[in-house]
Amino acid sequence: MMRSLVATLGLLLSLAVHASIDTYEFRDEAERERYRTLTEELRCPKCQNQNIADSNAPIAMDLRKEIFRMLEEGQSNEQIVDYLVARYGDFVRYRPPVTRTTLLLWYGPAALLVLGFGVLIFVILRRRRVDSAPAAQTLTEAERERLASLLDKKEP
Amino acid sequence: MRRLLLLLPLAIFLVVAVFLYRGLFLDPSELPSALIGKPVPAFSLPSVDDEQRLLTQDDLKGKPALLNVWATWCVACKVEHPVLNALAEQGVVIHGVNYKDDNAAALKWLREFHNPYQLDIRDEQGSLGLDLGVYGAPETFLIDRQGVIRHKFVGVIDERVWREQLAPLYQALVDEK
Repeated sequence: MMRSLVATLGLLLSLAVHASIDTYEFRDEAERERYRTLTEELRCPKCQNQNIADSNAPIAMDLRKEIFRMLEEGQSNEQIVDYLVARYGDFVRYRPPVTRTTLLLWYGPAALLVLGFGVLIFVILRRRRVDSAPAAQTLTEAERERLASLLDKKEP
Repeated sequence: MRRLLLLLPLAIFLVVAVFLYRGLFLDPSELPSALIGKPVPAFSLPSVDDEQRLLTQDDLKGKPALLNVWATWCVACKVEHPVLNALAEQGVVIHGVNYKDDNAAALKWLREFHNPYQLDIRDEQGSLGLDLGVYGAPETFLIDRQGVIRHKFVGVIDERVWREQLAPLYQALVDEK
């Protein structure tokens, strides 16, 4: 019983650890860090919602190899990203560039926020104006007397 | 004014509904190729059946053609193969890129299932595939007579895809001067 439990646990753990591991030898920590950011910021063309660091698809492995090769050659991050965008399009970037088609994506949320605040302020101001302008709601002397008499009548 | 404001939620709902309805028919796995309108990337690779024979991008020029990326490990390619054979028989020019494959297996495949390709490019390392932005076989590029990529189709070409999507485009390229 105990043994099978341990075996099951072992199986579960091994699944978790199985995620793609490549053994690249980096020159220094900085390069390892660049490799990590690049593979995490670039999207795997095959698997839609995974970056190429996490994906096990063959194409992601190829691209990791390619990124490593370019890092070794001393290319800059922009050069590497441009290289991939030239082949796979802007799709591979999890951080899309600001262009005419992505303007809404980049600034839409901020614009909505501003719009929301605008509506809020408008509503508050209008309410305050109504509160501070009681003229229309006050009764004239004659009306007040009539109201009092009406109310009196109702009382038993 | 008040009345119009009451209609606002309905208007917003309609706009959202139109977008969502459109979204039902979009295929997110179909990526637009970054290479449309650009020439086939430069390459120099041997032929599948003859190691001595080097093929380059210039060999693709002259006639509009399909450039089909395939491999023996690709299950869907097997489904597509008879369709390509039929197209080749009709006179459609098809070139093959054998992508990241074992060459002996590729030769065996072409012997057994017939070879619809006029040129068989042997891309064992996947370098041409990478330059073409290939992310899964089968993928097919439509190239014009100057060797410029005009269209890309990802997935299996069946008779319907050919008839409805690719044939008109191919015919347009043939009619082009």
